[in-house]
Amino acid sequence: MIQFFLARLMTFIPTFLGVTIISFSFIRVLPGDPIIVMAGERGMTEERYAELQQQFGFDRPLLVQFWDYFTGVLQGDLGESFVTKKPVFDEFFSLFPATLELSVVAIILATALGIPAGVIAAVNRGKFFDRALMSSALVGYSMPIFWWALLLIIVFSGNLGWTPVSGRIDLLYFFPNVTGFMLIDSLLSGQKGAFASAVEHLILPSIVLATIPLAVIARQTRSAMLEVLSEDYIRTARAKGLAPIRVNGLHALRNAMIPVVTVIGLMVGTLLAGAILTETIFSWPGIGKWMVDSIFRRDYPVVQGGLLLVAVMVMVVNLIVDVLYGFINPKIRKR
Amino acid sequence: MSLRTFLTATSLVLTMAGAATAEQTLVYCSEGSPEGFDPALYTSGTTFDASSHPIFNRLVEFKVGTTEVIPGLAESWEASDDGLEYTFHLRPGVKFHSNDSFTPSRDFNADDVIFSYMRQLDKEDPWYTAEGGSWEYFDYMGMPDLIKEIVKVDDLTVKFVLNRPEAPFIANMAMDFASIMSKEYADAMMSAGTPEMLNQAPIGTGPFSFVAYQKDAVIRYAKNADYWAEGLPKVDNLVFAITTDNSVRYQKLLAGECHVMPYPNPADIAEMQANPDVNVMEQQGLNVGYLAYNTQQPPFDNPAVRKALNMAIDKQAIIDVVFQGTGEIAKNPIPPTMWSYNDAVVDDPYDPEAAKAMLEAQGVTDLSMKIWAMPVQRPYNPNARRMAELMQEDFSKIGVNVEIVSYEWGEYLSRSKAVDRDGAVLLGWTGDNGDPDNFLALLGCDGVGGANRAQWCYQPFQDLLEAGKVTSDVAERTRIYEEMQVIFKEQAPWATIAHSVVFMPMRPEVEGYVMHPLGGHIFTAVSLAE
Repeated sequence: MIQFFLARLMTFIPTFLGVTIISFSFIRVLPGDPIIVMAGERGMTEERYAELQQQFGFDRPLLVQFWDYFTGVLQGDLGESFVTKKPVFDEFFSLFPATLELSVVAIILATALGIPAGVIAAVNRGKFFDRALMSSALVGYSMPIFWWALLLIIVFSGNLGWTPVSGRIDLLYFFPNVTGFMLIDSLLSGQKGAFASAVEHLILPSIVLATIPLAVIARQTRSAMLEVLSEDYIRTARAKGLAPIRVNGLHALRNAMIPVVTVIGLMVGTLLAGAILTETIFSWPGIGKWMVDSIFRRDYPVVQGGLLLVAVMVMVVNLIVDVLYGFINPKIRKR
Repeated sequence: MSLRTFLTATSLVLTMAGAATAEQTLVYCSEGSPEGFDPALYTSGTTFDASSHPIFNRLVEFKVGTTEVIPGLAESWEASDDGLEYTFHLRPGVKFHSNDSFTPSRDFNADDVIFSYMRQLDKEDPWYTAEGGSWEYFDYMGMPDLIKEIVKVDDLTVKFVLNRPEAPFIANMAMDFASIMSKEYADAMMSAGTPEMLNQAPIGTGPFSFVAYQKDAVIRYAKNADYWAEGLPKVDNLVFAITTDNSVRYQKLLAGECHVMPYPNPADIAEMQANPDVNVMEQQGLNVGYLAYNTQQPPFDNPAVRKALNMAIDKQAIIDVVFQGTGEIAKNPIPPTMWSYNDAVVDDPYDPEAAKAMLEAQGVTDLSMKIWAMPVQRPYNPNARRMAELMQEDFSKIGVNVEIVSYEWGEYLSRSKAVDRDGAVLLGWTGDNGDPDNFLALLGCDGVGGANRAQWCYQPFQDLLEAGKVTSDVAERTRIYEEMQVIFKEQAPWATIAHSVVFMPMRPEVEGYVMHPLGGHIFTAVSLAE
């Protein structure tokens, strides 16, 4: 197992190098000069432009700029945002907990509902429940997120007044940012009602964010289960007189889990990159919106540093998924 | 929890703690995150709302709701007869805020004024580069060339010596970049090796002190109990709940999660106006959206051709479709709220038949042209692509074939400056300091190849522009600028399209809010009804 883990870890190096080069090049390939964008309609003198080019280091050859960036990355220095003048690393880690918290809750929600739904649909193949579930999954998958989020806000926050409209916690609560995870910080604060408020604020955004993964997981679980259920060993298990719940839940589901775990892994990777629409609508201070704003502003250090950090996070998730494969299917780790 | 419950809960806590009165907290659902808190480093209104307005003061201020300049940290000032020296008499006893790492040991004085300007002016000053930014607005307003020196006469008197007389100088001094910082705080942060704190944990003299900023989420301010203006500010706490989506801002306003919101969705305004739980204030924006012809390229070098094209544009349709009613037709290059606006100027009538005849009379047939559509939204042009499409349709009615082009914003700004540019450019301007020169200088000869997208250099107009700059007599300046508007209309370097109308929805309990023509959202005098 350790060898398997190390072998997977080794693949990190070329991927990391590739991501560093791509993240550096990506924003520079886009048309648009950050200095001109910054000056806006007002513009600036040529002298001032040259001064700023020098200040930001754009007057140096591209390879020199890359080398500076790369050596900085190796030392954990991703540079400072052109706009806020703060280190990219600090900005990322001040926002990432919000994204991670929302993503984890959403993925738990999607998995906890998606896998049982997929299993039940597969077991009841062709029946009403199966058809209803798969139709709902298709609707969930095709739902325009922006519209769905606004609809939920208008109904549950506006008309019914059950949930708050947006934000991470009620403005009444004000406590130091210890971990960046509102659920944990609200508990640590000891302020009465803070944790409940943080939970309330998570409800709508996590439902919205879980919608597409839930649909995908349910569909994937169903099709993987159907494949496994037609295997000989399942027929044997049934013939032996094992209880259906044991056949479906233990023998079938475990073998159907590989593609489902793959899909969940991919979903987590996507969610970690920041859910731009969900974060925008719910005023959720995560990295998705931060990255998009930075692309529009051509804030090179934030875009390249942010992309790199997100890519590393995704790589870590993939590594975890690979290790999980090994646990689920011993054949994989012995290969 | 709704705002009402929040306020009730807050007041309960305070009552239990023995406080005499409940604290008032005003929540403003702001539209975006500030880039930082040192206003001199930035140019966006969102940043100024969060920094210069609550936290800082300037030597002189714009009276809220007007572009009139009134005393701020300077109680009075006088200009020398030659217009080259301005002496400011500073307000005594003004306190700076304090925070965890800094407590001021002295009141505001001339050193703070000199520090606040010299860091932007003097390239040798260690603060010129210490914060890692640049002084865009200070530079754009031409301050480096204008200010010769700043002299400390005594602790409470500062003299600015200029290189040339400049009538808009006093208005410039009320702008956000001219916010006064604490030199003592700056020195302390520099010694501690953390100069960036000036931008991250600001210390000012303004009505509210900075408490905390959670990036992209919430900014908290507390009342400055030592504020120099008596009785202000009125609320105890000010909170900015950053909410970027305008529909969500409206839902938050309805749910009582905030008291005031800017920039409503135009489609929601009618519903807001009909809702008894929402008050909607409105004001004309200090801006203009225009189509700039390239007056150096034939046939647009002919004023008659430009006027003919102007007559083909159905501006009312643009107001209805693009602005959805949140705009008004522009006839002058300056907005109607600006002093010296010449209402006697008659706009070119919308008359496609006459326009067609005029073009033919000038020998222009089968004209093909480009219209540049901005890729970004601005108050003066919420949808440039749609506006360009409407113009394309209008021009086709007079036999002019239009191709719409667009570029990424940086490219757009840069390419549209070229003197040999092909086509007419949609762009606009939002006023910086309430001075007509700030708008009309866009059409000056110095701006050709730069901010003057019409590439228009017309000597009679230029002479008046220069005369207006060096005359301090407001009546004379008014006459000059009125005449410039007449010349502008005759020469038509731009088709003036629209001025925006700004709407500000708020809850009925909000009292004392005044809309500011320069676009800032200022809460110093705002209170909440019980």
